[in-house]
Amino acid sequence: MSAQPATALAGAGSNGVPLLEASHLELHFPVRKGLLFAHEVARVHAVDDVTFAVRGGETLGLVGESGCGKTTLARCVLRLIEPTGGEVRFSGEDISHAGRRALAPLRRELQMVFQDPFASLNPRKRIDQILGAPLRLHGADRATARSRASELLSRVGLREEHAARFPHEFSGGQRQRIGIARALALEPRLIVLDEPVSALDVSIRAQIVNLLDDLQEELGLAYVFVAHDLSVVRHVSDRIAVMYLGKLMEVSPAEELYRRPIHPYTSALLSAVPIPDPRENRARERIVLQGEPPSPIDPPSGCRFHTRCPRATEVCREVEPPLAEYVNGHLAACHHPLSVSADEVRGARRSAASPLSSGAELPEPPTDH
Amino acid sequence: MSAAPLLRVEDLAVSFRTEEGVVRAVDGVSLELSRGEVLAIVGESGSGKSVTAMSLMGLTRSANTQLSGRAFLEETELIGASDDELRRVRGAEIAMIFQDPMTSLDPVYRVGAQIVEQIQAHLPVPDREARERATRLLERVGIPRAGERFDSYPHEFSGGMRQRVMIAMALSCGPSVLIADEPTTALDVTIEAQILDRIKQLRDEAGAGVILVTHDLGVVADIADRVAVMYAGRIVEQGTVEELFYDPLHPYTWGLLGSIARVDRDRPARLPSIAGMPPSMHDKPAGCHFRPRCPHEFARCGEAPALEARGSGEAHHLDRCWLTADEKRRRREVGGQIGLAAKGAAS
Repeated sequence: MSAQPATALAGAGSNGVPLLEASHLELHFPVRKGLLFAHEVARVHAVDDVTFAVRGGETLGLVGESGCGKTTLARCVLRLIEPTGGEVRFSGEDISHAGRRALAPLRRELQMVFQDPFASLNPRKRIDQILGAPLRLHGADRATARSRASELLSRVGLREEHAARFPHEFSGGQRQRIGIARALALEPRLIVLDEPVSALDVSIRAQIVNLLDDLQEELGLAYVFVAHDLSVVRHVSDRIAVMYLGKLMEVSPAEELYRRPIHPYTSALLSAVPIPDPRENRARERIVLQGEPPSPIDPPSGCRFHTRCPRATEVCREVEPPLAEYVNGHLAACHHPLSVSADEVRGARRSAASPLSSGAELPEPPTDH
Repeated sequence: MSAAPLLRVEDLAVSFRTEEGVVRAVDGVSLELSRGEVLAIVGESGSGKSVTAMSLMGLTRSANTQLSGRAFLEETELIGASDDELRRVRGAEIAMIFQDPMTSLDPVYRVGAQIVEQIQAHLPVPDREARERATRLLERVGIPRAGERFDSYPHEFSGGMRQRVMIAMALSCGPSVLIADEPTTALDVTIEAQILDRIKQLRDEAGAGVILVTHDLGVVADIADRVAVMYAGRIVEQGTVEELFYDPLHPYTWGLLGSIARVDRDRPARLPSIAGMPPSMHDKPAGCHFRPRCPHEFARCGEAPALEARGSGEAHHLDRCWLTADEKRRRREVGGQIGLAAKGAAS
C-alpha cells in the first residue's frame, strides 16, 4: 500500500491527475408504476452528489450499511451503470456517458471482484476457460491465454493443475482466489473489490487480505474496497470513505478515522462492532443507534443522519452540512463534529467535494474544552 | 452452574449418507446449558456447529441421517423422542432462530398470523387473546407501531425487522431454551447491536438458556458466558468466555483469535492467518483433525486426544491438544499476542 499520506478530498497526487475521480456523482433509480403507461412515481436516491478520487496504487475503503449506495457507487465508477448526474473520470478522461465501444479498451484497466465466490464463476467452465475468457476477448490466442492462465493461478496461490478443474471443486477461499486471478488477467490499474471477504471464514479471510496486499505491492494496483463494517477495511485501506443514505459522511486517512472519528455516524459504526475481547468490550461505552436507516426514496431533509443521530439539533434538520476539511485532509459532513478542538474547527474550510445542495456554513467552534 | 443443567447433551453424533459416502458431521459432542446462561458454539463453515444446533431441534431427522447420543431438556430426551413428543416440546420449551431472516418467514402469510399460529399450536388460547399476545411480543422485540405492523407481510419488513419477528415467534410460548443460529450474520452492525441487546434482555428477564451458534468472536466476547469451539465435527476447546479469550489452550483457538481483523487495534504489517483450509468432511485426517494445519504438531498427534481438563487449572476448561499446559502457554504467544505461528516456523 502507498506510504505517503493522502491529501484532501481528492487525493490528487504529486503526479497531477488521479487515476479515478468522481465528481458530484449522482445515481437516482426511477420507481415506476403502471403497466402500459408506466410513469415515474418516485426516485431512489442511491448515490447523491458524491465526490472522491483514487490515486494509482492507493486503496480507498468504502464503508456503509446495506442500502447506503456503496455498491451502486462502485458499479457506477466502473461504468456498469450510467450515472444520472455528475462525472466519472479515469486517468483524466470523462467516461460518465461513454458508449460500449469507447469503454471497451478501458475495461482492461478497470476490473471487479465480487462478493459471492459461489455465484460469480460459471459452473460449466473450467478454470482455464474462466481465466482465459477476458484474454481471448481482448485478442489473445488460445495458447497465450492458456499459459497466462497458469501463470495467474500460481500468482494467487493456486497450483497449475487446478486449471483443468471446475468451480465446484474449490472451497470458498479458493474460488475467491480465482475471482482475483480473473480480475488480474488483463493487468488492470484499478480493481473494485465488492465485499471480497465477507462470505469467507475468518481464518481464510486473513489469507485473502494478505494476498490482495501482496498483489498491490507487486503490481502497483489501486483498489476500491467496499465493505459493510469497519473492521477489515482498517487492514487494507489508505483512506476510508463512510457513506450513509447515498451521501459521504466522512473521508479520512485510514488510521486517523479509528483514532478520531469526526462524524457521529462513524463513531456509532465503530462502537457497534463488538470487540473480540470480553473485558474491553464490557469496559467501553457503546452507542447503540436506535431505529433503522430511513428509505432512500424519501431521504430526510438537512443532514440525512439526523433522524438517528444522538447529537442532532434544529440546524441538522434544516441545513445539509457541507464537507468540512480539517487537518490531514480529513473531511466530515457534520454540524456538530466530534473529536476536534475549537481551533481545528476555526481552521476548517469548506471542501470542494461538498454536495452542491449543502449549506455554506461550517460548524460553529465549540465554546469550551 | 451448580443446579441441574437445563439442557444436557451427551455424546451427540450425526452422520449423513451422501453419494460420496457417509459423512460424520458431528462427532461426539457433549454440552451443558444452565438457566440464564449464553453458551456460544464457535467454528467455521463445516465445523458441525449448525448441525449440532439443528439436531437438538430434531431438524436433521431424515432417512439418510444417523443420530446417536442423548440430549436431555430437563427430563425430556430429545434425540430418541418420537416426532409427536418432539412437536410438543419444540416451539414451546425449545425454540430456534435462524440465520437468514429473509427465508425463514412464509412470504404469503401476514407476519402476525404466523406468530398466532405458533401460539395456538401449543396453547389453547382464543384468537383475540392470541392476537394480543402476538402484538405484545412484537412490541417487546422493538417493532414500532406493532399493532399496525401486525397485518404486514414479511416483504414489507427490513432484514433487522424480520429477525425481530423471528425472535418474537421464538419467544411466543416462553421457551426455556433458545437456539440462535448466526442470528446477526445477515444484519448490519448497528442492527446487530440492537438484536444482541434483545437476546441479553431475554436471558436476564426470562432466565432462558441461550445457545448461540456463530463464527464471530466479537459477538462471542459481547454476549457469551461459556464457549465451545468446534473444528471438523468435534469440540476442540470448551470453557468460560474469560478462559477462552485470555487462556486459550488449543492451537486452533489461538489461530482464530490471532486472525481477526480488529477495529480497536492498529493495523499489523500482515494479518496472521491459519495456513491451509479445513479438512474435507469425507477425508478427515486421523488423530487430531487440526494436525495438518498446526505448526506445533508432533508424533503423538496421530492419536486423537480426548476432550478433557488437561492439568491447566480449572476443571471445566477442556481441550483436545496433546501439548503440555506449559508448552501451550509458551507457544501461543506470537509477537506479544495470542496467535498461531506460521507452519514450519514453529519449533
